[in-house]
Amino acid sequence: MANLYPGRKRRNVVWTGLAYAATAFGLSWLVLILGALFWNGFSGLSLDVFTKMTAPPGVAGGLLNSIVGSLIQTAIGLVIAAPLGILAGTYLAEYGRYARIAYVIRFINDILLSAPSIVVGLFIYQFCVVPFGHFSGYAGGIALAVIATPIIVRTTEDMLNLVPNTLREAASALGMPRSLVIRQVAYRAVRSGIMTGILLAIARMTGETAPLIFTALGNSLFVVDPRGPMSSLPLIIYEFARSPYAEQQRLAWTGALIVTLAVLILSILARVLSSSRGEGGE
Amino acid sequence: MSNVELQTPSPTPAAEGTIDKVVIRRLDFFYGESKALKDVTLSLRAGKVTAFIGPSGCGKSTLLRVLNRMYDLYPNQHAEGEVLLDGENILAPALDLNLLRARVGMVFQKPTPFPMSIYDNIAFGIRLYERVPKSELDDRVESALKRSALWGEVKDKLSASGLSLSGGQQQRLCIARTVAISPEVILFDEPCSALDPISTAKVEELIDELSGDYTIAIVTHNMQQAARVSQFTAFMYLGEMVEFDETSKVFTSPRDKRTQDYITGRFG
Repeated sequence: MANLYPGRKRRNVVWTGLAYAATAFGLSWLVLILGALFWNGFSGLSLDVFTKMTAPPGVAGGLLNSIVGSLIQTAIGLVIAAPLGILAGTYLAEYGRYARIAYVIRFINDILLSAPSIVVGLFIYQFCVVPFGHFSGYAGGIALAVIATPIIVRTTEDMLNLVPNTLREAASALGMPRSLVIRQVAYRAVRSGIMTGILLAIARMTGETAPLIFTALGNSLFVVDPRGPMSSLPLIIYEFARSPYAEQQRLAWTGALIVTLAVLILSILARVLSSSRGEGGE
Repeated sequence: MSNVELQTPSPTPAAEGTIDKVVIRRLDFFYGESKALKDVTLSLRAGKVTAFIGPSGCGKSTLLRVLNRMYDLYPNQHAEGEVLLDGENILAPALDLNLLRARVGMVFQKPTPFPMSIYDNIAFGIRLYERVPKSELDDRVESALKRSALWGEVKDKLSASGLSLSGGQQQRLCIARTVAISPEVILFDEPCSALDPISTAKVEELIDELSGDYTIAIVTHNMQQAARVSQFTAFMYLGEMVEFDETSKVFTSPRDKRTQDYITGRFG
């Protein structure tokens, strides 16, 4: 009988080494991107960025209207996507768990999760911009909602599926009607999980550019009314990055840094929430 | 040999003052196409403890879950036959299930406190049915916890989460939660199998104390427990009711050979 052990040990070292190397390779790109963002964008970070409007080249400007535009459109997207997503996720996990149509809905939801966002933008352009004759922040918000809803549906359903059936039965055994079992027992058990889903959806919405190109268009003025075209951070990054003027390019880097920091903070928050409260009913 | 009696078998002639709280007649139960309960007939005497024993898969938990229509939460499970609670057939499709479950409470094998404070766990059920002022609610919570022998251990931490208690305490919390809404029948589905021996003894003592005021059915795979806590015992095997009699008779002079084999440990 040949002794296989030394060969196995050697191969183990090789593969473990490869695994570490691959991780280092992947992580190093992340570090490089974050490094480049900080390197180029940090110097541009000043109070002006948050207080002045985007300006034509030669005029000192900031990113205020883009930041405010992003906030408003993300808020609109959230107001639409969160209730829709939570209720749909609740249907899939509670009422429709065994229904045939639920399988279809889940399948379509998964497709929408990875739908190209530019397609979403074009779709909303057709239905929310063309009939009204102008671009608007509302259309942008709606496009963001279409991106965010599948995420919230998925996380809500997954979280509710983690609630053990014994907990639902215990509540039903007291004579609690179905809707109360869901609202006061199931939701309470997975509160932090659903919050995580919402935070991740916000993070996604913050970074989306393509759907906003055809819907909100952008605006160099400071507007809070979503009925007209609105600026947003991803859009202004897109615009300024292509500009030949150095100050605008610098602002683009700063804008990119702000967006990345926002997404990073939201993702860390989501992770902290989900690990501190624990999943499911236990 | 299946039980083909059409009358409810009475172990002893019903003495004056004793009534059958729950009467089960020719009950069949199906998980999809497969028949899990076959022609079961028996009755639960009011104010007494009836134990259900039998090997795994014999249908005792299934039978218990028919008594509060818990199977209704799942598709593909249905029951045929008659189950009368105080003369009213609870298998009727038009029956209000929530009201039924307010009269027939259930304690599960795994303690399942709600993700809220100890106080709210108990107040929750009460608030479902009655608008009770805070002071009265406090009293009701206290008396429910006292009935479950838990008051002394938790009276200083009523706002702590129900999940922070030990396993035995959680189970007693679930029992308190069930008695707080004053049901008439309490179903215990292997309530001690997840508990340590000391908690088990406490829960058995509790069942004994509760039995005067409530009709109790307990499923257990522990025969000594059945002998300790119950006045009537039903032995089930492969979905059939094999023998049903006073506990002392079932354990000392069983009529059916299968019962004899089970309680002497030949199988199970």
